[in-house]
Amino acid sequence: MRVKLPAAILLLWAAAAVLAGALGLDPDRIRLELILAPPWEAGWLGYDDLGRPLLDRVIAGARTSFWVALWVVSLSAVAGTLIGSISGYLGGKVDRVVVHVIDIFLAFPGILLAIALAGILGPGIGNVVIALSLVGWVGFARLARAQVLSLKQREHVAAAIALGSRRRRIILRHLIPLLSAPLIVEATFGVASIVIAEAGLSFLGLGVQPPAASWGSMIRDGTRYLLVAPHMVLVPGLAMLLVVLAVNLLGDRLRDRMDVRLR
Amino acid sequence: MSECNHGSNNSRRMTDKLLTVRDLQVRFGEGEGAVRAVDGVSFAIDRGETLALLGESGCGKSMTALALLRLLPQPVGHIAGGQVLLEGQDLLALPEMRMRQVRGGRIAMIFQEPMTSLNPVMTVGRQIGEVLAAHKGLKGRAARARSVELLGLVGIPDAGRRVDEYPHQLSGGMKQRVMIAMALAGEPDLLIADEPTTALDVTIQAQVLELMRDIQRETGMAMLLITHDLGVVAGMADRVAVMYAGQLVEQASRADFFTEPRHPYSRKLFAALPDMDKRDRPLTVIPGTVPTLDQSFHACRFADRCASAWRTCHEVEPAWLEEADGRGVRCHLYDPAHPNPPAAGSEAEPDRLAARSAAPRDLLEVSRLKVHFPIHKGLFKRTVGHVYAVDDVDIHIPTGRTLALVGESGCGKTTVGKAILQLLRPTAGSVRFDGDELTRLRGEALRRRRREFQIIFQDPFSSMNPRMQVGDIIEEGMVAQGLVPDAGARRQRVEELLEQVGLRPEHARRYPHEFSGGQRQRICVARALAVEPRLIICDEPTSALDVSVQAQILNLLKRLQLELDLAYLFITHNISVVAYLADRVAVMYLGRIVEEGPVDRVLTDPQHPYTRALLSAVPRIDTDTGREVIRLEGDIPSPSNPPTGCHFHPRCPQAMERCRQAYPDRFERGSEHWARCWLLE
Ligand SMILES: Nc1ncnc2c1ncn2[C@@H]1O[C@H](COP(=O)(O)OP(=O)(O)OP(=O)(O)O)[C@@H](O)[C@H]1O
Ligand code: SF4
Ligand code: SF4
Ligand SMILES: [Mg+2]
Repeated sequence: MRVKLPAAILLLWAAAAVLAGALGLDPDRIRLELILAPPWEAGWLGYDDLGRPLLDRVIAGARTSFWVALWVVSLSAVAGTLIGSISGYLGGKVDRVVVHVIDIFLAFPGILLAIALAGILGPGIGNVVIALSLVGWVGFARLARAQVLSLKQREHVAAAIALGSRRRRIILRHLIPLLSAPLIVEATFGVASIVIAEAGLSFLGLGVQPPAASWGSMIRDGTRYLLVAPHMVLVPGLAMLLVVLAVNLLGDRLRDRMDVRLR
Repeated sequence: MSECNHGSNNSRRMTDKLLTVRDLQVRFGEGEGAVRAVDGVSFAIDRGETLALLGESGCGKSMTALALLRLLPQPVGHIAGGQVLLEGQDLLALPEMRMRQVRGGRIAMIFQEPMTSLNPVMTVGRQIGEVLAAHKGLKGRAARARSVELLGLVGIPDAGRRVDEYPHQLSGGMKQRVMIAMALAGEPDLLIADEPTTALDVTIQAQVLELMRDIQRETGMAMLLITHDLGVVAGMADRVAVMYAGQLVEQASRADFFTEPRHPYSRKLFAALPDMDKRDRPLTVIPGTVPTLDQSFHACRFADRCASAWRTCHEVEPAWLEEADGRGVRCHLYDPAHPNPPAAGSEAEPDRLAARSAAPRDLLEVSRLKVHFPIHKGLFKRTVGHVYAVDDVDIHIPTGRTLALVGESGCGKTTVGKAILQLLRPTAGSVRFDGDELTRLRGEALRRRRREFQIIFQDPFSSMNPRMQVGDIIEEGMVAQGLVPDAGARRQRVEELLEQVGLRPEHARRYPHEFSGGQRQRICVARALAVEPRLIICDEPTSALDVSVQAQILNLLKRLQLELDLAYLFITHNISVVAYLADRVAVMYLGRIVEEGPVDRVLTDPQHPYTRALLSAVPRIDTDTGREVIRLEGDIPSPSNPPTGCHFHPRCPQAMERCRQAYPDRFERGSEHWARCWLLE
């Protein structure tokens, strides 16, 4: 139960994102006669202020948030892990610089930084991915660095150095494969915060541009009609809530499992 | 079948037994696949007596001890049968409430790892106080006074101050004493000590063992001593019980056991011990491994490894045969019901080893080596001092020869090894390898050179990458050094290496966790050999292993030395290994070498007081030789603040005024044998 329901929600989310194109959705089609129609009157989930079907739009939004999350997590995990491991392994000046950079990033709330970056880069979904990745790598780098600092004391690393292995090989073969567990947990929770961050940026108009749909922009559109048509906010809001909740539940489970295996 | 003949004739004697264990069964898991960790163990302990439970890792010693206290790991482990009678009362039938009174009160236990069995956030005094409150009803001032008294009793100096300290402020030996003090607080009738000194240095071990003997003499407490060290058994036990694969296979008085061990397994344990007399031949090994315990046996559990086994052994499970004096053995050889074996499997003397190359020349010359670690403190990480881990060390090793480096924990042995290999850059000094100065090599030049000197570590678990297959692990050096560019040829070479160290070619595709400790150590040897080195630094390669496995690794190292003309720097604290393997010995104390010489000279005629104390503290199995242990006071001082003059003077029984002022010069005692001590002037 604690695994199945959240897993089902996430599968649905992924399926919606991947299959959105094949479903023959029509998120931009305007039906003037159905403007602001609530769910119980028309369509599955009702219609928005321009008379567009909310079901189609919420699925399109799922697609946006899914791909953004996937890209940002992948980019920041790869970059962060590499930077953190190299810095931790080399130590010395390189490490001191990296630690300072990490500290500076951590001094600002991540979302503010992302807003500032997205503001500088200009609106657009590609820029959202870039902005969020620029903020996201820090967490991975910090984790990877801390782990490498203790892993590099292990004797198998000393043995590899003694055999004359090159640094590159030591980092890629002897260190990074051993630090997966906590990073996977971090990545899982990262998905949840990126879904929220993407919605936040889109809410501020920094993300997808109209008429394309995102849960954040749908909520923004809906706030103006909060009293007359609350479903415009509730539908994307609930979708987001479910996804974030499911990710966090699964992340907790994963963390418990991984902790046991961390000898 | 394990019915013993201690039925009626023993029931009278039973009354004066403190503890009687009958047919104890411990299982892990349920049903068919359950692991029978303890399978029908019976023994008894008198008041004031010490019974040693001897056996190799995994044979069920600790599980027996935990079962007595009903402390088996829950929920998988459970007691499936038997009786544990404490003065006639069955502990297995007691309700948990009453059992809690027994634990720590009538039966106390001390564990192997003092570091993990003390609570790090409670002062020593409070931890002892808890026991006093639970079992003696002492609280407040009275409890504190008693705690101080107990700490004094276990030989902790300045007990009034130490009582308020936390475990991390104490050294390993002191922690183990605190554990003993806690165990004694409830004034138990029986003390169960599970490898109480395995984690300690020999000199500290000698102190702790002596302390336990003294306390036993004063209090009349009985002791169940669990150990794998025959030397400790010889010094401590009244009676010995040998355990193998979940069963007792032999029980005897200490004298009987050491003069004439009966069970073939016990005899092999003695034969596998390294010592000086066996130098010119391989050690006896026990082939094969302990059988897994998730099966039911219809044969002798030792049959596959036993040199005396014959048909009966593979068909009938041997019964426990006990004589009137309590001596017992589980082996068909002693059972009149079975016709004796056709021809007792003759144990041929192992072949002598070939003689070694003559006229070696110096391969490694280390002079004035220093490694100082800075100590950083405070906000700005200022350097506030140094750990003088290695301070002025000279070492020479000729080709094809072995130098042993011995000394207590923390004296700097590993640091010397790492500094020679340039895994740590020395603070000062020179390391010449085959004429070239290694300390000046860097980058690519050093990397290329690394194939000539290798290292084997103590811990066979952390010294291999758990995510790599054994084949890739062994190949690493060949790839790094570009030795065998062709992948197929490389695989071929890996298989040869595996065979050379006594493993099978198909092992190349397995992962390290699928191997036992001894097998892993072989893989590490193969990995080092792959680059065809001329010098191997062996950093306590056998100290994590059982004696029979240790014998295999020592044999391997010795054979390879002869075949490949390898030089070894053998770091160890095990003197019998030194006696078996080394040509020369260097004794290290607090970052410096205090004595060096040929192995026979140093071990038989030690010159430095520290060497003498170290050698005398080693538990030995020839107990009759009226040997006196030279007792060293206190622990090794901190290497960040070594004592003035001779570093050894605070602990030296012969210290003079002069020793406090000046570090002693080097004094020769015969050719190639010297020591640093003013007594030799
Ligand atoms: N990287 C380091 N930084 C600071 N101090 C260190 C470092 N490595 C070792 N030391 C200290 O140097 C001293 C010597 O350590 P070393 O590991 O060489 O001892 P050892 O003789 O090998 O001991 P053992 O028998 O326990 O393996 C110890 O006091 C240790 O605490
Ligand atoms: S019963 Fe047979 S196999 Fe078992 S120890 Fe005795 S001789 Fe060896
Ligand atoms: S120099 Fe003095 S203190 Fe040092 S070992 Fe010799 S007698 Fe003992
Ligand atoms: Mg060491």
